[in-house]
Amino acid sequence: MNKFKDIKKIIVEKPLKLDCGQTINNYPLAYETYGKLNGDRSNAIMIFHALTGDQFASGINPITKKDGWWNYALGPGKAIDTDKYFVIASNVIGGCMGSFGPSDINPDTKKPYGTNFPVITINDMVNAQYNLLDYFKIEKLFSVIGGSMGGMQVLQFVSNFPNKALTAIPIACTASHSAQNIALNELGRQSIMADRNWQDGFYEEQNKQPDKGLAVARMAAHITYLSKAGLQEKFGRKLQERDDLKFSFDADFQIESYLRYQGSVFVDRFDANSYLYITRAMDYFDLTKKFGGNLSKAFEKSDTKFFIISFTSDWLYPTSENRDIVIALNAIGKNVGFVEISSDKGHDSFLLDVPDFLNTVKYFLNTSYKQIQ
Amino acid sequence: MKKEFYNIAKLVTQNSKILDVGCGNGELMKYITENISKDIRGIELSKSNVQKCVEKGLTVIEGNAEKDLRQFPDSSFDFVILSQTLQAFLDPENVLNELLRIGKKAIVSIPNFGHWKVRLHLLLKGTMPVTKNLPNEWYNTPNLHMCTIKDFENYCKERDIKINIKNLKFHNFFSELGIFILEK
Repeated sequence: MNKFKDIKKIIVEKPLKLDCGQTINNYPLAYETYGKLNGDRSNAIMIFHALTGDQFASGINPITKKDGWWNYALGPGKAIDTDKYFVIASNVIGGCMGSFGPSDINPDTKKPYGTNFPVITINDMVNAQYNLLDYFKIEKLFSVIGGSMGGMQVLQFVSNFPNKALTAIPIACTASHSAQNIALNELGRQSIMADRNWQDGFYEEQNKQPDKGLAVARMAAHITYLSKAGLQEKFGRKLQERDDLKFSFDADFQIESYLRYQGSVFVDRFDANSYLYITRAMDYFDLTKKFGGNLSKAFEKSDTKFFIISFTSDWLYPTSENRDIVIALNAIGKNVGFVEISSDKGHDSFLLDVPDFLNTVKYFLNTSYKQIQ
Repeated sequence: MKKEFYNIAKLVTQNSKILDVGCGNGELMKYITENISKDIRGIELSKSNVQKCVEKGLTVIEGNAEKDLRQFPDSSFDFVILSQTLQAFLDPENVLNELLRIGKKAIVSIPNFGHWKVRLHLLLKGTMPVTKNLPNEWYNTPNLHMCTIKDFENYCKERDIKINIKNLKFHNFFSELGIFILEK
């Protein structure tokens, strides 16, 4: 697509057999890098983005003109210090920031793939991104890091490539998507599909956009990223630019206005079909499936040093699910640290200025990096 | 650093695999990491202490020893350290069994309730002893299961737990602290 012509991407020639059975090749993988790769190529970190993230993790996103999604954590002198480390971030396949996704043109039909795009899994995303190691000639990553769906990719990466990352920091994630989370994703998908403009996924060729459905999906999801206490503290029952209730269905309350705003800005930057495909990938994620329900077996061959982080108020990927990963690693004597950070900012804590969290990442990386110097 | 920690550190061997249960702010772990073995990690319940361990660059698992030791396989550590925490557990017997299961050796220290100062305090004042190692009052002490060195020895004897005491000099009357190396 034209708006992506100036962003960095590789065309992956090597065929990738997807979990759904289809094989793709010569597909674009859009990426961004931060910092400099050192002489012996030992300071590379790969970060993985969450559901609505992209490769522009730090600085200003050149497409949306908004701040990168991980500005608090990533940059010079920050927790993931780009003065020290070389950071690679890419857009997942199925996404909408330049990597192979449902809005790409199908060469056979000369029309956007829409819902003819193959169903993607977390495993597929990670296998596609692995090609960047070859591209940058990196033998072993210093670390793989990600939160939420990014954390799932971290787990999948270590499982698929057990000796390709020295350290791993999965944050606020799970090894197996819960029924509650599948339910919430389904709510979002049904909202998009209920929008008349969705047109069974072929809205682009009809110059339509299912904005209303996508906005509602985002509003619902946004609530799940916050916590009850956080919402109450920030909004309470405060009214939006009015002195009293209007006895109508306008946005009387600040929280309503806030959610409507979140929905409206989201549709400008995100593709509805990508939302369907990526949420599906999350729902299909169950790292234990291949190993007869035994998560430990997913990491048996790995020599990666883990640090797992959860947040007290995260009810979407609660501490218990993060702790299950810790337990699985301890059960096979792997090196793992674990911290539950106190925060009332909910699941979104990993994207925000939560000093204990940012310090934890920083100290773990610094110490691990010193050990290889 | 506390004298107790130097004494414990003397008992672990070079480059052994160690778990410090209830590692606090990580002081002992840091000393062992820098001087004896890098293959050490800790479990700690308190969030502020966990952050202090993180700041020291130590591997720490936030968790509760009473529940979380069971996730480790048998004999997965050369040494498991438990410093002055045994008496604070709801079920110290279970914790001791777990220590001896996951560690080839367990190093356990206990504040000795049989020390002469403690005995004297109770005898003369008639109130619950408050000493350097037992600084709390009866109503706010975390110590649920106080014992003496003799009690602990008897406990081990009854359960065929081997006490390896060759590096230690301790006495039920004169030691404020008992430090034991245990083997099953």
